[in-house]
Amino acid sequence: MSEALAAARGGRWRAAGRRLAAGTATRVAMVVLALITLLALVGPFFSPWQFDQLDWQHLALPPGRLAAHWFGTDRLGRDLFVRTLYGVRVSLLISVLATLVSLVIGVAWGAVAGFAGGRTDGWMMRFVDVLYSLPYLFIVIILTTLFQRGSIRVLLVAIGAVGWLTTARIVRGETLALKRREFIEAARALGVSPAGILVRHIVPNLLGPVAVYATLTIPQMIIFEGFLSFLGLGVQEPKASLGNLINVGAQEMQSAPWMLLTPAAFLVMLLICLNLLGDGLRDALDPHER
Amino acid sequence: MLRYALRRIGGIIPTLLVIITISFGIVRLAPGGPFDQEQTLTPVVRANLDRLYGLDQPLTVQYGRYLRGLLHGDFGPSLSQRDFTVTELIAQGLPVSVTVGLGAILLALLIGIPAGIAAASWRNPGADYSLTVWAALAVALPSFVTGPLFALVFALTLHWLPVAGWERGAPRYLVLPVLTLALPVAAYLARLTRASLLEVLRSPWIRSARARGLGGARVLWRHALQPALLPAVSYLGPALAYVVTGSLVVETVFGLPGTGRYLVQGAIDRDYPLVMGMIVVYGALLLLFNLVADLLYGWLDPRVRHE
Amino acid sequence: MACAMPSTRMSAEASLAGATEVLRLAGLSVSFATVAGSVSAAEEVNLRVVRGECLGVVGESGAGKSVSFLAFLGLLPPNARVAGSAQFCGAELLGAGVRALDRLRGAAIGMVFQDPMTSLTPHLAVGEQIAEVIVRHRALPWAAARERAEALLRRVQVTDPARRMRQYPHELSGGMRQRVMIAIALACEPKLLIADEPTTSLDVTIQAQILALLAQLKREEGMAMVLITHDLGAVAGVADRVAVMRGGRVIETGTVGVILKDPREAYTRALIDSAPRLDPEPVTPRDAKPERPLALALTGVSMEFPVATRGFGRAARLSALSNVSFELHAGESLGVVGESGCGKSTLARAALQLLKPTSGRVVWMGAALGELAAGQLRALRKDLQIIFQDPLGSLDPRLIVAEIVAEPLRVHARELTPDARAGEVAAALARVGLPARLAGRYPHELSGGECQRVGIARAMILKPRLLVCDEPVSALDTPTQQQIVALLADLKRESGLTLVFVSHNLALVRRLCERVLVLYLGRMMELAPAGALYARPLHPYTRELLAAVPIPDPDLQPARLARALPGEPPSPLNPPSGCIYRTRCPHALAVCREQVPAWERAAEAHRVACHLWREL
Repeated sequence: MSEALAAARGGRWRAAGRRLAAGTATRVAMVVLALITLLALVGPFFSPWQFDQLDWQHLALPPGRLAAHWFGTDRLGRDLFVRTLYGVRVSLLISVLATLVSLVIGVAWGAVAGFAGGRTDGWMMRFVDVLYSLPYLFIVIILTTLFQRGSIRVLLVAIGAVGWLTTARIVRGETLALKRREFIEAARALGVSPAGILVRHIVPNLLGPVAVYATLTIPQMIIFEGFLSFLGLGVQEPKASLGNLINVGAQEMQSAPWMLLTPAAFLVMLLICLNLLGDGLRDALDPHER
Repeated sequence: MLRYALRRIGGIIPTLLVIITISFGIVRLAPGGPFDQEQTLTPVVRANLDRLYGLDQPLTVQYGRYLRGLLHGDFGPSLSQRDFTVTELIAQGLPVSVTVGLGAILLALLIGIPAGIAAASWRNPGADYSLTVWAALAVALPSFVTGPLFALVFALTLHWLPVAGWERGAPRYLVLPVLTLALPVAAYLARLTRASLLEVLRSPWIRSARARGLGGARVLWRHALQPALLPAVSYLGPALAYVVTGSLVVETVFGLPGTGRYLVQGAIDRDYPLVMGMIVVYGALLLLFNLVADLLYGWLDPRVRHE
Repeated sequence: MACAMPSTRMSAEASLAGATEVLRLAGLSVSFATVAGSVSAAEEVNLRVVRGECLGVVGESGAGKSVSFLAFLGLLPPNARVAGSAQFCGAELLGAGVRALDRLRGAAIGMVFQDPMTSLTPHLAVGEQIAEVIVRHRALPWAAARERAEALLRRVQVTDPARRMRQYPHELSGGMRQRVMIAIALACEPKLLIADEPTTSLDVTIQAQILALLAQLKREEGMAMVLITHDLGAVAGVADRVAVMRGGRVIETGTVGVILKDPREAYTRALIDSAPRLDPEPVTPRDAKPERPLALALTGVSMEFPVATRGFGRAARLSALSNVSFELHAGESLGVVGESGCGKSTLARAALQLLKPTSGRVVWMGAALGELAAGQLRALRKDLQIIFQDPLGSLDPRLIVAEIVAEPLRVHARELTPDARAGEVAAALARVGLPARLAGRYPHELSGGECQRVGIARAMILKPRLLVCDEPVSALDTPTQQQIVALLADLKRESGLTLVFVSHNLALVRRLCERVLVLYLGRMMELAPAGALYARPLHPYTRELLAAVPIPDPDLQPARLARALPGEPPSPLNPPSGCIYRTRCPHALAVCREQVPAWERAAEAHRVACHLWREL
């Protein structure tokens, strides 16, 4: 009987995976995403230029003119191929890490608040509500001006520290809904300790919604970081992020539109793929038992 | 309904106070002050400056003075723009920002909700698909991408609209900024409304209403629409928050003299009164708007009113 | 009143003999086009209903009863395919356009659905929902329509109709909402009223009132009625003729007397037999039992909940249980009955300390549960088990059956090896009659009955000494209900466990329990051995409960219905003074208003709380 158990146990996630892979949109999204990531990691090695290297002879060169500068160069003669790919790297790195930070804090906070209930829950969530009523931008702006502007570590902390609020809210809502379900009461009636219930019954049932939320948060983080860099509060020159590349590109768009279009195109592709994946994951993990 | 409204209104004041206190605390406790970036000042001059701006008093005193000033609508002097008080700066820029922001929300409501209703009730697969695509794109294209792109296409290439500027609120300067902000919100509203209406139309009371021979139109407008709008109304608060942050981008890209740049520049320059003034004003606006959305929600859903 | 439809053509036969024939279904077939092919829901259905007659359509769920009627009203989902003929007053309905159907629906044909909470539009006031039908079909101005609406509310016996007009569905009780639905259906003097399971989600006393109302309307209005239900007792009181459906086909029709007393088909006979009855058959009399030890004792248990208030004042307190006391000896079974809001589920949880009582003591085998430390209480739980109302909801959806059933072992028998655990699980599953191959399934892959068996296996695996069952079968259909109750009876006999069975279904309690406790609004009304309670109930409420249970006897049931008592349970936030039942009691006197009746002893092991039990 134990083999049957082992086989059946993996069944749920495997079934969801199968459903996910079945949709054409999600399949395309996964492929494109993989390609972009691969390109970002490996691509710069194929170019002789560094991301901050200046090529005096080819300032503001449109793309396609020269083999050495595939995507053209910017006003200072820096190769856009390498810079854009670096930007993708930075955006992905920051957003994934920030999502992780916000997940860890948010899930812990929300699950404990929702499970504890009563006054503990009240205070914990009031804290979240107050922070929430300040548009996150303000908090980030405040944080980035408190500390060093542009350091990636600070940026990470700022974005992650704000992102956990929504995660906490969602997780708390889910925990409350779970708490009311009879199988939690049944576990209590069996004599399972509160910690046991939290770990064995609540958190595993949270994983589904949290996974979906995480996949949909990553693109939001990318946008957020891009937004900050666009305003000058995020990644600083000469480091490249999709946000500040677009900022510079917007300023130059009258004369050199490719400086805007290239990073914009990459950003859009990333975001569309991630959103499609997130939607697909949500549909795949939503079987009839819900 | 009245009791519900009073309860909601009563909740605003404490929240506003907390916002003020927290921003005060954070901004004041930040390392470094507004004058650190000046050329080296002699300690005497520095002390005078501090005294002039009241920065040498203990924090609680500064807090008290600040609150008292707020009650008179006085946010204090701007530390970076020396000739102006914060109140004056805000008064200059706020009308612009509010026009663009509210305009965007209104436009989004006018486009998004009817689109969602149409998609749900027409059952036309072509229209439905295009709506899904538009919604997906709008979510994936942030304002700092669409803004410059719109400027590139409609202004620089097609020459239909000016690239940037304000000129006393002439409509043609409003089109691109409002459109940039409105489209993502409209797309999200359309998606929400469509999904919600589809779900409501599957409810048992709709079948019951049809069984009374009320006719498709009445069933849709009177029995289905009201609950279907609830998610859209819940979204209004976050929508305004989105518009507020998006306005920073839009004001930069289209060169609008709004208050957004004060916030960003003030943060960079450590101009405490300016940053705090902006936070308080924006915070109050958001709370007010959330209140309106809450009241609207209570009006639409009688069950919430009766708790 | 001739069945004249001005703008339709009447068929020849109808204009002759069937001038009173309101509905005729001939060869009606309904199928659904699904991904898995065409699924047939109803086949070759032939039925007719004439003026002034009520046709009862009975069968199990899925027999195609509702589908047949929704079909000709055009209310089925778009993937339905309907064939055959459905004539209303001689006019063919199948193939009629939406406009023609809209003219009939709500006007000449009224429909009452099963669940009034979800069948009334939640955001519109009740008065508007009635009036709009009148405005639409009779083209009256709104003011006149509202007056008619109020008159209709009075007709269906809604109290305080002027105020109700402005209220929303969620502010009314279940019985009121159903009356509103009936009012809406009656608004334009229909020739045909179709009631689809109108009483299933209501309390038994309210069910009786609604059925009595329907019977009365049929007599007074002279309209044709169709009553679709799985409850044979309901049919016995209201219907004149009965059609039995099974698997989408009508297998038998006849007058109600013939069908219920002398049916032709074996299936019909089986249906009648499986309907729970209250006949005085004695529960196995317990012979001179050795004095069993006291197992569970509740003393003065009360449970109050704070309720969110409207304004900024103090929270109101809802008293869910008030001063409940009883004693259970080892091996006994106690049934706890009452209608919704009587506190039985709260009592079940308070007894196990899943909810902490606001006052009172719960003593199990000498240990006061309320005074134990958390760890001690948890350790004791291996003897105290519970099964819940929602079979699927009480199982963790992420675990397979084997893991669910093994969980108690992980908590209380940690020393077992995995193999020993697997062995215990297999034995537990076998004991509740579940095949071993289901061990690897997930809860959502099982039927309701199977889920409940898993719950029982989980509860029984540690061989507990007390088993509390909180409405364990109300979510299951009738045959499955019987099976689960039989299983519980077997388990009790084998292991001698103490059983507390909470239910609103008096017939099931009869089968299983030796003693019965009747609750009303959280207070004890009567506690007696089952035989005594059912044969000679002393408390007026017990009598009303028993009188309201529908029995499938067409000779007795109509008269029983006519005696259904009016009145709704009072709000628990504002309980009546003195005897809490007095607002509905036909015998209430002044003393009932002033004094709370004492918990008196009427006979050996028979206790009652009523001032007047001796006189009644």
